[in-house]
Amino acid sequence: MRKALAAVAGLAVAGLALAGCSGSGDSGNNGDSANDDSQVEVFTWWASGSEKAGLDALVKVFNEQFPSTKFVNAAVAGGAGSNAKNALASRLKANNPPDSFQAHAGAELTDYIEAKKIEDLSAFYKQNGLTDVFPSTLLDRLTVDGKIYSVPSNIHRANVTWVNTDLLTKAGIDPKVAPADLDAWLADMQKLKDNGVETPLSVATDWTQVQLFENVLLSVLGADGYQGLWDGSTKFDSAEVTTAIDYYSKLLKFANTDGTGQDWPVATDMVVDGTAAYNVMGDWALAEFDTKGQTYGKEYTTWPTPGTDGMFDFLADSFTLPVGAPHAAGAENWLKTISSAEGQKAFNLAKGSIPARTDADPADYPEYQQGAMASFAKDTVVSSLAHGAAVKISWLNDITSAIGQFVSTKDAGTFQDALVQAQTKGLAQ
Amino acid sequence: MRKGIRNWGPPLLLISPTIILVGIFVYVLIGVNFSTAMTKDSALTASEFVGLQNFTDLLTEPRFLHSLANLGIFTVFFMVGTMLFGFLWAWMLDKGVTAEGAFRSIYLFPMAVSFVASGVVWRWLLSSAQGDRASGLNRLLQSIGLGGLQNDWYNAPGWGMAAMAMPAIWQLAGYVMALFLSGFRGIPEELREAARMDGASEWKLYRHVVFPQLHPVALSALVIVAHMSLKVFDLIMAVTGSVYITEVPATYMWVALTGAEYGKASAIATILLLLVCVFIVPYLIYTARAERKARR
Repeated sequence: MRKALAAVAGLAVAGLALAGCSGSGDSGNNGDSANDDSQVEVFTWWASGSEKAGLDALVKVFNEQFPSTKFVNAAVAGGAGSNAKNALASRLKANNPPDSFQAHAGAELTDYIEAKKIEDLSAFYKQNGLTDVFPSTLLDRLTVDGKIYSVPSNIHRANVTWVNTDLLTKAGIDPKVAPADLDAWLADMQKLKDNGVETPLSVATDWTQVQLFENVLLSVLGADGYQGLWDGSTKFDSAEVTTAIDYYSKLLKFANTDGTGQDWPVATDMVVDGTAAYNVMGDWALAEFDTKGQTYGKEYTTWPTPGTDGMFDFLADSFTLPVGAPHAAGAENWLKTISSAEGQKAFNLAKGSIPARTDADPADYPEYQQGAMASFAKDTVVSSLAHGAAVKISWLNDITSAIGQFVSTKDAGTFQDALVQAQTKGLAQ
Repeated sequence: MRKGIRNWGPPLLLISPTIILVGIFVYVLIGVNFSTAMTKDSALTASEFVGLQNFTDLLTEPRFLHSLANLGIFTVFFMVGTMLFGFLWAWMLDKGVTAEGAFRSIYLFPMAVSFVASGVVWRWLLSSAQGDRASGLNRLLQSIGLGGLQNDWYNAPGWGMAAMAMPAIWQLAGYVMALFLSGFRGIPEELREAARMDGASEWKLYRHVVFPQLHPVALSALVIVAHMSLKVFDLIMAVTGSVYITEVPATYMWVALTGAEYGKASAIATILLLLVCVFIVPYLIYTARAERKARR
């Protein structure tokens, strides 16, 4: 009797161990997956706030356009997308991809492309006439070796300076007119400081400082020079980059020193409550001003960061078609909705960004977005560094760390060396 | 022979679930992690064996050395702080105060709060804004007229990690106190009385009777605190997130992981494991010896 019990217990243990090892065995149900549009599993990190509202609006349009395709939400919350990216990497590695997943458009896709995990969508662009409605400079940024791998759902701009009009007027500066270049901007900051504004410029944690540096690089190097940093045609040990670092450290002298560890709204709120005059932040900051009851053009205004007028430093969320997606036809329906005029309108009105299509009607959008849409249609589009459009994540991590070190030690030489090393490593991989 | 199985069979069977599960989920996975650490593995592409290159790269990388230095500063302050306060409180309670139970609970309570929850509060307390915009501790210092003591806290280059140890000390000093208190209580009153009879002064009593008896407790406390300190991750992520200035190996590992550099992340994990082993293994050997001695 005792022996029998022991045997049963032993078997149970073995069974448990096996169950632990086997994992998900039911992922490979294929059949005719390319034509299966019964459902679409969409993987995002849009799980709360305006992003969730945007996704809901998008799904509503999707259900109207494709009533026979069931939308399955596979959102993973938390960590500004990093949790989702880790979860996605393990699914892709196990060849168990969702039907479509969210990723920042541009270089953040490099890892997926090199590992042959996502499909070329150039044919999809042609079929749906997207090459005509997206700006050609945006298409240049999305194209890798002649192929496009993702469909952008919305566009944000990263070279925006948010300005407290009251502080500038008091110091005798016209807030409506942007300084012509960084020198003029620094002169204005000095003027503000002389007028008792302790911190003319506000910064927050490391990535916001990366974004500020990216704006300075853009301003000093121009669109082509800046874009060349990411393909190696501009070197980080060039004299222009040294100049940019010099401007950057001058700007930091006018900024608060307690930013590290604080999230971006802390810095933006300093412009709202008048402790800082300027904040360089992406245009998602609009929502922060809205919730604090501020009116565009009255308490605050915006201009492109000095020296970057005529350039649109873009970042975008986009969707992909993974290799081996179980419901590829459903995924194509989803991509059609995202790229359609109605889908882009519904999503961007809810999220506060602008559509990637240039044929959208500005009258549908609030004042700030109207201006952004006008620049997006005519400006040179360049890729944002801080938000994954310009370089792959590991390269960005190296740059972020170098900037974090520079902000605390102010050692320009070490900083430039680290940037050079990051470029060498980033281009080699 | 049959009798032999009867003797050791059933106990082995009873602990076999633990052996198998721990074997797979701890030791096998440590092995898998180590083999990943020897590859140039990224999240998606096939792995390529590179031997110990990840380790040599890390140990010559200024950024990783910076994170190790941060960890060193944090660990020293954390250990000294918790041991000091823990011992002091335990000693005072042992001396006999009224409402000892209440004090004991008060000192132990912080341990019940998770690092993440308290970290969010400490982020605000340790804000390095000064002057008009000051908040948290800097504001407190201002309002009691000690404005000159305002501080950059964790934002200070170099010794900033010492400020990061404050929340950890606050949280775990009570635990060390509990350990020491049980140590004090384990010393029979007769020993003290005997020492007093022999004319020992209060200091000599502690020096020659009490402290030697506290020795094992202190060692346990030290090892527990040290290995917690080496693995610190949640507190730092809650207070600052993963930024350069407060980077420790555990947060660096997380950054490497999200950057799809699995080989590098595994190498950092392995180094962390070895660091913890430096503390834990001698302790395990010591306790095993002590137990064997006691059994004899």
